[in-house]
Amino acid sequence: MQIVSWGNFMDVLIRGAGVAGLTLAHELSERGLSVTISEKRDGLSQSASWLAGGMLAPWCERENAEETVLIHGRKSLDWWSRVLPGMVRRNGTLVVAPPRDTAELSRFATRTNGFDWIASDKIAVLEPDLEGRFAKALFFQKEAHLDPRLALSALKGKLIEQGVRFEFGSDGAKQWGGLEIDCTGMSSRDPDLRGVRGEMMILETSELSLSRPVRMLHPRIPVYVVPRDENLFMVGATMIESHDGGPISARSAMELLNAAYSLHPAFAEAKIVESGTGVRPAYPDNLPRVTINGKNVSLNGMYRHGFLLSPHFAEVAADKIIEASGKVT
Amino acid sequence: MPVLYGTDVSSSLLLGTAQYPSPKVLSDAIKASGSDILTVSLRRESAGSGAGGRFWELIRDLDVRVLPNTAGCHSVKEAVTTAKMARELFGTDWIKLEVIGHHDSLQPDIFALVEAARILHQDGFKVFPYTTEDIIVGEKLLEAGCEVLMPWCAPIGSARGPVNPDALRAYRAHFPGIPLVVDAGLGRPSHAAEVMELGFDAVLLNTAVARAGDPVVMARAFAQAVEAGRLAFEASPLEPRDMAVPSTPVIGMAVFE
Repeated sequence: MQIVSWGNFMDVLIRGAGVAGLTLAHELSERGLSVTISEKRDGLSQSASWLAGGMLAPWCERENAEETVLIHGRKSLDWWSRVLPGMVRRNGTLVVAPPRDTAELSRFATRTNGFDWIASDKIAVLEPDLEGRFAKALFFQKEAHLDPRLALSALKGKLIEQGVRFEFGSDGAKQWGGLEIDCTGMSSRDPDLRGVRGEMMILETSELSLSRPVRMLHPRIPVYVVPRDENLFMVGATMIESHDGGPISARSAMELLNAAYSLHPAFAEAKIVESGTGVRPAYPDNLPRVTINGKNVSLNGMYRHGFLLSPHFAEVAADKIIEASGKVT
Repeated sequence: MPVLYGTDVSSSLLLGTAQYPSPKVLSDAIKASGSDILTVSLRRESAGSGAGGRFWELIRDLDVRVLPNTAGCHSVKEAVTTAKMARELFGTDWIKLEVIGHHDSLQPDIFALVEAARILHQDGFKVFPYTTEDIIVGEKLLEAGCEVLMPWCAPIGSARGPVNPDALRAYRAHFPGIPLVVDAGLGRPSHAAEVMELGFDAVLLNTAVARAGDPVVMARAFAQAVEAGRLAFEASPLEPRDMAVPSTPVIGMAVFE
């Protein structure tokens, strides 16, 4: 293997404070490197990761993704539990469909595994507020979720404790003597990356409560509702081939709200406390990529799997970087 | 092989670009299918400022003819505007015209369809109308300037296959010489073979390949089914009958007692 010269290798600059940058900082820091994170924006809240659902749902994602997502995504549950104790809620995922779209449930079931078919009585036990609303569902017991905003903030706090430096509002243009790693998502100039627009909403209602993410299958847009603290529910997310990060469209808002409403009519009275648009960075195969090409080092292309796949790919990237440096830490 | 608006088409299989697991899988599936016409939706995939750029580059790299469509349009005005945007963006006067009459069933609004087809034809478009199997509507579309008709065989995305084969047979018989493409409702390769055996010139589908467990293999399966159906039609298949017919002549055979 070619040994690359990265100046003072022990000093690493990571550009981008999204989930990819933060998880990689953690892995490099654990391997004994001194890490600085430079983020051109003012804080964590403007990354695509901030708008994520935070579902650690590799079996559900397998339905429309390659097996890699399942194999590597599974590790994320333990990674987040270990790094941020108490952050992960292991309550599983419930997948339902409106009565006339139950064929979608069967289709979903043929594409993946790790679930049980459950009937209305079991649904009522898991989610009392959904009692009587669905005749059957798929229950993915091993899946989990976390609140991405709490997780990113907590991870930042942990990194600071470990000695990682943060520079916010920094364009990172200044000369860096050591290794630079690009984790900037769509801000990267990588020509292979494309944007996949995702729109989401946060609703607030005290009229129902859920213990786990619920996915509502629909032939056009499968929608999920993820419960958060303080009566909040994240509803997402559209998938549009576009790098336009402008405000949510009326059509998308309508589709998301419709899905929430058909999950439970109480959502009709919910307050819309937030809507957001993020642009997911994706490579043509929709899988993340670790690039080490001379001075070009990057971890990017998390697509819709930032919290699910960052842990694995950050580990891979950290190992590869140390291997390529030819140094043993 | 079909000739659509004067263009020789090398495959009777027309595919869409939506709902694939990734652009990579889409690209591999198109290559496996041998299809040389791809229909792309303008509204969802490229509305907005400079949107969809990378996605289109990936499609352009496939070196196939793009047939933009007006999926999701619910009125004449919307469809006409979308068609004009598509002409600008893709540099083609081909347009697959969809005017949806009903949000849930995605059934075409045939009245608005005929009107939009007439407007677009007068504006120089080569219109591929997504219609029902109603013969009178087909005639009106031809009067409006369409040179290709694309009847459904079942609702969009339903994967039911030809729910009314007799109507499709009558449709084919009524429009000899007009290129006919079955658009929407095909779920399996056998469905595609069935309508090709009826003498249709091509089939257009998206979901059946894009959402299959293995889209690349399914694309090949459809390509082979379409070819088999076409060959069967050209070879003039037998008509079904009620009584058995012995495969071997009986008269003249030796009788042993």
